[in-house]
Amino acid sequence: MYTQAMDTQRPQAAPGRQPQVSAETVQAEQRFEARIAAGEFIEAKDPMPEHYRKTLVRQISQHAHSEVVGMLPEGNWITRAPTLKRKAILLAKIQDEAGHGLYLYAAAETLGTSRGDMTDALLDGRAKYSSIFNYPTLTWADMGTIGWLVDGAAIMNQVPLCRCSYAPYARAMVRICREESFHQRQGYEALLTMMRQGTEAQRAMVQDAVNRWWWPSIMMFGPPDEQSPNTAQSMRWGIKRISNDALRQKFIDAAVAQARELGVSFPDPGLVWNEARQQHDHGPIDWAEFWRVVGGDGPCNQERLGARRKAWEEGAWVREAALAHAAKRDALAQAA
Amino acid sequence: MTTQHEWPLWEVFVRTKAGLDHKHCGSLHATDAKMALHMARDVYTRRQEGCSLWVVRSDQIVASDPGDKAMLFDPMEDKVYRHPTFYRLPGAVDHM
Repeated sequence: MYTQAMDTQRPQAAPGRQPQVSAETVQAEQRFEARIAAGEFIEAKDPMPEHYRKTLVRQISQHAHSEVVGMLPEGNWITRAPTLKRKAILLAKIQDEAGHGLYLYAAAETLGTSRGDMTDALLDGRAKYSSIFNYPTLTWADMGTIGWLVDGAAIMNQVPLCRCSYAPYARAMVRICREESFHQRQGYEALLTMMRQGTEAQRAMVQDAVNRWWWPSIMMFGPPDEQSPNTAQSMRWGIKRISNDALRQKFIDAAVAQARELGVSFPDPGLVWNEARQQHDHGPIDWAEFWRVVGGDGPCNQERLGARRKAWEEGAWVREAALAHAAKRDALAQAA
Repeated sequence: MTTQHEWPLWEVFVRTKAGLDHKHCGSLHATDAKMALHMARDVYTRRQEGCSLWVVRSDQIVASDPGDKAMLFDPMEDKVYRHPTFYRLPGAVDHM
């Protein structure tokens, strides 16, 4: 989902290639490039090229938005979880996602952007979030499938980001990855319970959910490498460590064995083991659908943003009241 | 529409267990200290990562300038005699 944030924007010219750059700027960029090449981490107040800062603000804030919007499809099922145990697990997972959003907003704020600006960008549609959350969650099996495939894909994406050159982001990612593993395991286990102890109807429900989530899950890694114009720059700067296609391949290879154990199939007749490559081949991905959903025309885009806007507007009086209360207490304390 | 009334930023420090230092772990927005502590608990210690929390307003922290890094820290580079390994002692007493 994070590579998506980079790919769904137009490529920007690196500042070094623009005319009229001062000698100091060029020198500062050379020093920065040397630090990156030496494998050093960049901290919040270190000098950095404007383009590096902007790329990170965009990627980290859109990653944060994805965590926050990602709560919505699951929140849908809290009141309908089949047992108290599953309800408690789902609540804990969703609370983690709120936490992950907050770690990430905080990391983005170290780059000089504000929480308010990032919220505005999400609510007025300027900022994107992962396309996956614009699909509906129709049955309980969707909760397990999201944990297994969607969180599984997210982990595959996030682990390399723990080595991102921007240290506050890398530190947030370390914490997130440590917590995220439970998300994938609980999902797989929920599906396993239905497959092994469930009824025929429940097994069919699991297969149906897998059929609907498979393609959107592998789209989460973003467009193919040759259509990912910002990848080279981001790799050079250590913002991104592994390409979209390489991560997607790794995910598919891992998922096939997991599906076999579970007893489900993926809706892709082209998904076969390639002995020569020692990897799986897969059928063509419908990139037109991907761009449609990213562009705002997925099944739930309006509903998701509508829910965020409603929550933001209806919470306004609480935010104002809390500030007013703190100001009043400060004034009283000063007077005393 | 949202930026003018933003809640202040706080830095959060967590002591993971008794006997260890508090360590910086991130930041959050809160209107006052009590709320900052409460939210730090929810955001940073959901899995018993700590037994004690500090919160401090971010604008109250005074930090060294990364531009002064060389001036501040490089002078220690050639003061190797501040390390025990600088001193060569006979093997019989080298565990000193």
